[in-house]
Amino acid sequence: MWIFSSPRIVFGEDALNYLEELRGRRAFFVTDANMVRLGFVERVQKHLRAAGLESAVFADVEPEPSLQTVRRAAEQMAQYQPDWVIGLGGGSAMDAAKAAWLLYECPTADPAAINPMETYGLRQKARLVAIPTTSGTGSETTWATVLTDTDIGMKLSMGTHELTPDLAIVDPSLVTSMPPRITADTGMDVLTHAVEGYTSTMHNDFSDGLCLKATALVFQYLPRAYANGQDMEAREHMHNAASIAGLGFGNSMAALAHAMGHSLGAVFHVPHGRSVGLFLPYVIEFTANGGGTRYADIAKFLDLPAEDEAQGAASLVAAIRDLQRRIDFATSVQQLGVDREDFEAALPKLIANAEADNQLFFNARFANSEDLAKLFMCAYEGRSVDF
Amino acid sequence: MAIPFMSEEWAVALKDAINTNDAYREAAATWEGDFYFIAELGDGSTKTIYLDLWHGECRDAFVVNDASVKTPEFEVSGKIPAWKKVLAKQVDPIQALITRQLKLKGNMAKVLRAVKAAQELVNSATKVPTEFPE
Repeated sequence: MWIFSSPRIVFGEDALNYLEELRGRRAFFVTDANMVRLGFVERVQKHLRAAGLESAVFADVEPEPSLQTVRRAAEQMAQYQPDWVIGLGGGSAMDAAKAAWLLYECPTADPAAINPMETYGLRQKARLVAIPTTSGTGSETTWATVLTDTDIGMKLSMGTHELTPDLAIVDPSLVTSMPPRITADTGMDVLTHAVEGYTSTMHNDFSDGLCLKATALVFQYLPRAYANGQDMEAREHMHNAASIAGLGFGNSMAALAHAMGHSLGAVFHVPHGRSVGLFLPYVIEFTANGGGTRYADIAKFLDLPAEDEAQGAASLVAAIRDLQRRIDFATSVQQLGVDREDFEAALPKLIANAEADNQLFFNARFANSEDLAKLFMCAYEGRSVDF
Repeated sequence: MAIPFMSEEWAVALKDAINTNDAYREAAATWEGDFYFIAELGDGSTKTIYLDLWHGECRDAFVVNDASVKTPEFEVSGKIPAWKKVLAKQVDPIQALITRQLKLKGNMAKVLRAVKAAQELVNSATKVPTEFPE
């Protein structure tokens, strides 16, 4: 048995207007200081006021939000007693909103132990709106939340179907000011979600089409969105692609590139999209070398040469590396500026983190400790994977 | 020669397989927690074994006929086809849990942080030649 989860998705120009149809008394924002500074919080509040809702704002979410931040947000939420929670921002803000909402609804829950086997009984006090201001994480359409336990220097990738937002507002006007570097990083996050969602061991009939569509949208529109942030057609399709990929991988799980990316991100503080996107081609090579995969399907969908699995995987890797060049994306850990000695010293921790990440086990080819060590070194040096 | 699944002999063989698996010893070096593994048979009856897993070692394993004998931290239960798929490595143990083919009672988060140990536990079990009931 498996469950396909999805919020109601309102997308396209003026999607924010839909907030005026909300019914309730109080909304509580979980967001970051940039969202306040850029005027995005005020824009959303204007629509909430039109709906008769007052609001309060927690704007202290940091990149890679910690369990401590989530607890603080939940405490303030409990004092304010909202009937709507608004996660506004990138993945960090939306993930923090999900976890804080869970604690508000279920104060005895352990935010470090959120899992799909337990019933939390959410939606007794409030419902969740997710409004992404980057086109990458897909958190607005998934039941996952990634938090950082700063005590052990590890990202915790958790979730329960109950955390799927009630409403996702996918409004492209919120991403026009996204700088090129963030556009590239978040766009590669979308691609990694889509490819891993299609090839994970949890792939299924409901998620396959979403993953393929999102993959094609990234190849078509990411270079344009990167080159010209004011290209609204490209921006809108990339914003949609992020939510579509979220629906895809959110219902079929991510895999090895995410396990490695979370690990690198936690140790060297590399942004999520940059780290998972960097590992993606290496993971495809490794997985394809193990035999039966589904990369040829993706390659065929993209009109790339794919006579057999090996050629399909090679075509896909070549296309990804070409895309990375076009958006000035780092293709090795070395290019991120990580010192070799530091990287080698951190290798045991990188491997241990990846092995404790449950997404490792959804990869079509299992990577043991030795494989992970070699994969990390290939990705550090920018060498193709030949094992 | 294949050993009947969840028999006393199978429990002993599993204990030996775990204790000779260096990868398990390493992956579960900090694990503290005991289990009931429960197989639900077609006729509505169950077979249960108890496993005491401690710091990379299986300290004890035996068939349980009276569930009140122990109060383990975890219980993993499922029908025979689900156990068969996991032990044949057709389904990853974590995948079996989140798709509810196997059910877990206990702190799931603790298990999700020990995924490598869970994998190696299954690898140990695959070393035991097993005869499943029809």
